[in-house]
Amino acid sequence: MKIHACDYTDFRELNQAVGESADETVVIDRCVGQRYIGCGISGKEIQITGTPGNALGAYLDGGTIRLKGNAQDATGDTMNDGKILIDGNSGDAAGYAMRGGKIFIRGDAGYRAGIHMKAYEDKIPVLVIGGKAGSFLGEYQAGGVIIVLGLGAEKTPVGNFCGTGMHGGKIFIRCKRLPHDLPPQVKARRASAEDLSSIEGILSEFCKEFSVSKKELENEHFYLLTPDSANPYKQLYVTN
Amino acid sequence: MINYLYPDYEIVRDPSKCIACRVCERQCANEAHSFDEEAGCMVADSSRCVNCHRCVSLCPTRALKIVKSDHTFKQNANWTGDRITEIYKQASTGGVLLSSMGNPNAFPIYFDKILINASQVTNPSIDPLREPMETKTFLGKKTGEIRRDEKGRILPYTEPQIELSVPIMFSAMSYGSISYNAHESLARAAQELGILYNTGEGGLHEDFRQYGANTIVQVASGRFGVYKDYLEAGAAIEIKMGQGAKPGIGGHLPGTKIVGDISKTRMIPEGSDAISPAPHHDIYSIEDLRQLVFSLKEASEYKKPVIVKIAAVHNVAAIASGVARSGADIIAIDGFRGGTGAAPTRIRDNVGIPIELALASVDSRLREEGIRDNVSIVVGGSIRSSADVVKAIALGADAVYIATAALLSLGCHLCRSCQSGKCNWGIATQRPELVKRLNPDIGSQRLVNLVTAWKHEIMEMMGGMGINSIEALKGNRLMLRGIGLNEKELEILGIKHAGE
Repeated sequence: MKIHACDYTDFRELNQAVGESADETVVIDRCVGQRYIGCGISGKEIQITGTPGNALGAYLDGGTIRLKGNAQDATGDTMNDGKILIDGNSGDAAGYAMRGGKIFIRGDAGYRAGIHMKAYEDKIPVLVIGGKAGSFLGEYQAGGVIIVLGLGAEKTPVGNFCGTGMHGGKIFIRCKRLPHDLPPQVKARRASAEDLSSIEGILSEFCKEFSVSKKELENEHFYLLTPDSANPYKQLYVTN
Repeated sequence: MINYLYPDYEIVRDPSKCIACRVCERQCANEAHSFDEEAGCMVADSSRCVNCHRCVSLCPTRALKIVKSDHTFKQNANWTGDRITEIYKQASTGGVLLSSMGNPNAFPIYFDKILINASQVTNPSIDPLREPMETKTFLGKKTGEIRRDEKGRILPYTEPQIELSVPIMFSAMSYGSISYNAHESLARAAQELGILYNTGEGGLHEDFRQYGANTIVQVASGRFGVYKDYLEAGAAIEIKMGQGAKPGIGGHLPGTKIVGDISKTRMIPEGSDAISPAPHHDIYSIEDLRQLVFSLKEASEYKKPVIVKIAAVHNVAAIASGVARSGADIIAIDGFRGGTGAAPTRIRDNVGIPIELALASVDSRLREEGIRDNVSIVVGGSIRSSADVVKAIALGADAVYIATAALLSLGCHLCRSCQSGKCNWGIATQRPELVKRLNPDIGSQRLVNLVTAWKHEIMEMMGGMGINSIEALKGNRLMLRGIGLNEKELEILGIKHAGE
């Protein structure tokens, strides 16, 4: 099924048309900022060109969203499963509280990417950012894997306050120099061969999806950030 | 290190009545009681006592009582015993003071300074035992828009509503902050009463899905346990922006409490802290709030009303005006007396405003702006009796939230030690041996009893005023008079002084 997004200026009508389609693949072209596309769906592939609005794929529960263009804020908010592929840049708070599934961003991500990512049982969410990430990457991260590749970036490809409040999961950053302001509870080290082999499959998938040369990734080393405690606030209180 | 603290309460045992049956010892999770083998009698360590009355209630010979210690610091109206004790605690630990349940301090309680009207002579009162009396309430947008088909016939259309048999709901308490049996009691009582309970932000236990029609599922900043099926499981979705006991700050359930089913319903690994950030980091404006409201409506196909819960703070009327324009169907406002499983003492005791003033100013503001019908208003923190319910509705609320009152019905004695996780009444604990002390058959019945009794009282008071429908009481401030309030307070409450 093919939908011309320009025919539906109201997001509700557009999303209703997507929801009512029995086709497994829905193509939305000329998207002009309609919000909540693919919100809470599963079992469909949605292909989008243009610019979808905020909360693309929020509560996504399976299936795939492919976007040729830039995404706005809160992509994949609280997503549970499935895959969002953005062949472009992303706005703020991509992958907020995601619990499962994958978000691949070919270009850059805004502030607070991967904030409060979680993990649960066999669900390990993955957020890969091809370019650079804004400040507060992985804030309150509680689980899952965030990878920043820094392709085309000259400096360390993350902004300020990376990993603030992080208490679970992993952040891989491909860079020469670590961020200067990592919080004290975050440990950073050069990723070992073993660490890298754990994300090998993810990187191959990313490179294949966006036709990135895997060789290019090998010319720079990765750092691995992990929290040193799952209970960062344990000592803060006294019973009154 | 010298312990500077003398116990607040003393356990007094009448040796002539004590039969050393050791019930008190077995019942106290704080291990305040023990049996002295050498002396052959029970002894008590008052420093461990939280004054929850579990031992007192179960002592078969009534040999026990708890009394306030008459040990005292040198009298000082400025440096009270509490302030001194808090300094000692912080000086010895460096910790932030953490408390439970609602603000216990002596701030004004406006509900107690408001009196209700009754009919005499000119307008007959109604006897609720003989005459029909409607307490049913619907919460949600009351749209003024009339839709017609091409032939001009009116198309029946309403925004999604919550139907309540009586304008009372159980407010948010997460599974984790309270026990499985406490949740089961609330869910079953809500079903039997035709009202709703609220999951809090701890997710929904799969056993309780069967009570979906009587469940509000909550979405908070940590998004714990939130996924498609959860959003569809309840009768309404509540976005928690704030809580009366701790406006402006987030929460965290320590990893030690994230075990077993708690980890499952929150959908996070065992032992990991459950941190709810202070703000939703995707909401910095009313426009952003609107985005979350509509993403939830999209995910639940516009079938359920969305509630936005905010704490009563200084600019609550302006904030509520924004919320009423955000697409939310219901605004829940939580006053500064609202309870909590744990909150920093300084926040709980010093932040926020009384619900009576917040409610009156929000209702007035929304009326002035002509948007009162955009939303229903639910208030909590703290509603202590059916009289509070009647006063709240006459001040402009559509319904009330109760939580502390509900826990009291389950056996809570307001010892304010929830954060310890050692609740002897089986409510604020996850220890299996304590949880099983709360029998959900009895618990749900006691909740049903409470709300049924309040319903009768509400009908009596309404009947006395000559009102036979809760709708006619809503915002009917002429039914209220203030007593001992100053001009400004009366102005904000929008009521006259008694005698006027």
